[in-house]
Amino acid sequence: MEIQLYQVILIFVFACIAGMGSVLDEFQTHRPLIACTIIGLILGDIQTGIILGGTLELIALGWMNIGAAQSPDSALASIISAILVIVGHQSIQAGIAIALPVAAAGQVLTVFARTITVFFQHAADRAAEKVNFRLLDFLHMSALVVQALRVAIPALLVTVFMNAGSVQHLLNSIPNVVTGGLNVAGGFIVAVGYAMVLNMMGAKYLMPFFFLGFILASYLNFSLLSFGAIGLIVAFIYTQLNPKYQQHTQTAATGSSETLADDMLED
Amino acid sequence: MSGAVKKLNKKDLFNMFVRSNFQQASFNYERIHALGFCFDMIPAIKKFYKTDEERRLALKRHLAFFNTTPAVCGPVVGVTAAMEEARSDGEPIDDGSINSLKVGLMGPLAGVGDPLIWGTLRPITAALGASFALNGNILGPLLFFISFNAVRLALKWYGITYGYQAGMGIVKDMASNTLTKLTEGASILGLFVMGVLVTKWTKINVPVVISQTTNQAGVKSTMTVQGILDQLCPGLLALGLTFLMMYLLKKKASPILLIFALFGVGILGYWLGILK
Repeated sequence: MEIQLYQVILIFVFACIAGMGSVLDEFQTHRPLIACTIIGLILGDIQTGIILGGTLELIALGWMNIGAAQSPDSALASIISAILVIVGHQSIQAGIAIALPVAAAGQVLTVFARTITVFFQHAADRAAEKVNFRLLDFLHMSALVVQALRVAIPALLVTVFMNAGSVQHLLNSIPNVVTGGLNVAGGFIVAVGYAMVLNMMGAKYLMPFFFLGFILASYLNFSLLSFGAIGLIVAFIYTQLNPKYQQHTQTAATGSSETLADDMLED
Repeated sequence: MSGAVKKLNKKDLFNMFVRSNFQQASFNYERIHALGFCFDMIPAIKKFYKTDEERRLALKRHLAFFNTTPAVCGPVVGVTAAMEEARSDGEPIDDGSINSLKVGLMGPLAGVGDPLIWGTLRPITAALGASFALNGNILGPLLFFISFNAVRLALKWYGITYGYQAGMGIVKDMASNTLTKLTEGASILGLFVMGVLVTKWTKINVPVVISQTTNQAGVKSTMTVQGILDQLCPGLLALGLTFLMMYLLKKKASPILLIFALFGVGILGYWLGILK
């Protein structure tokens, strides 16, 4: 398919939003589920975008920025792979094969961008000295431009210089054993993401609940939603019955409205 | 105490709430959220301090190192605003105590926020969304976007207003059981769902044939490695692989390196015919 000028512009604009989203980590526009869907929408094939997004989202489930540690970059990976899959009429598996090297490259770029922003921090120190509120606001928000361009420029280059023919040519040059192997690996690289989440949780004494979920799901054919509900109930019962919280419940009964607000948050 | 207490109104708090959605805009390796925190505090600083000297000191105070899970920065922003208010009102609060309160809160809050947001809320809403998206259902991305952000925005807004109202009382609340209970409950839910995902959504198939027998009725039955493993417990290989990855990550292997290594394993296994 041919990409129209308005599509190039929309891709650039969304790539900017996703790039900002990847550092803000608030609205999650940088996650595959959102980014691939939007790119699909722009390119007129939302269906492929959603499926690719779901597939990549599972792989990226545990990709998170904790403290100052950087995860692989889902923003650039989702956008580039969605463009190439849709424009080049490629399979979802080919999308995975494209996404992962791009995620690694994006990680390098974001580390670079977060180093550049040290400059903004120092400029802010000088703005504070002069009590310049406007300049402080400007410095904080303009640091986002660095992150926006880090994703938008590569995305723009790919959109402009790639067409169906060149994508197919590129992917056809990969031998069969590699694409087949990537397909197989796509089924189990999700384990890296699970491991990242599990390591972060770091509560070893709660691991029985992990095994409970594992055993139940190995033998029961429920939907994920119902397993989620079971997990919620189990968590609720455990925290309700745990003797270590009994003291607290008694004081809460006679407590102030603050504890009430806490309880509401908890639910 | 001078009588002219300048309180933050709803509009100021809302302004700070909107600003806190850009907490990480100037994320940098030197002081992480330092400028972000100062950015959040600007409406309060403008309200409480009128002279340039006071404002300068306040701005500089909040350009110090700060880092927590962005979704739970609200209570710190709120309580810091409450302290600035008391200080501008003449209470003897020095720079040190404001800063040590911030530092004292950001660690425990990240301790709650990381498992709650990155360990439970996002993986679960994302996995739910993905389960619909894999069939091409638009509900998937919508569900993820709306549910994740609804919880996140609520945490930010109630975090800021609660922190501002509770003031120093928040320190007592932080030490209370409620937070541990919340973190523990979220961790249980997160771990449970991870267990489900490990077995449900990891595909490993080892179709290596061990024996082929024909029974008296003439029906051929083939026994593969995968068949035997599934009889023991489905998902056993996925479980083993997850534990291996956890171990390697703890040994400081980079996630992207492990992903490429598994790609290598996939290609090799496919080539040798032991993985399918």
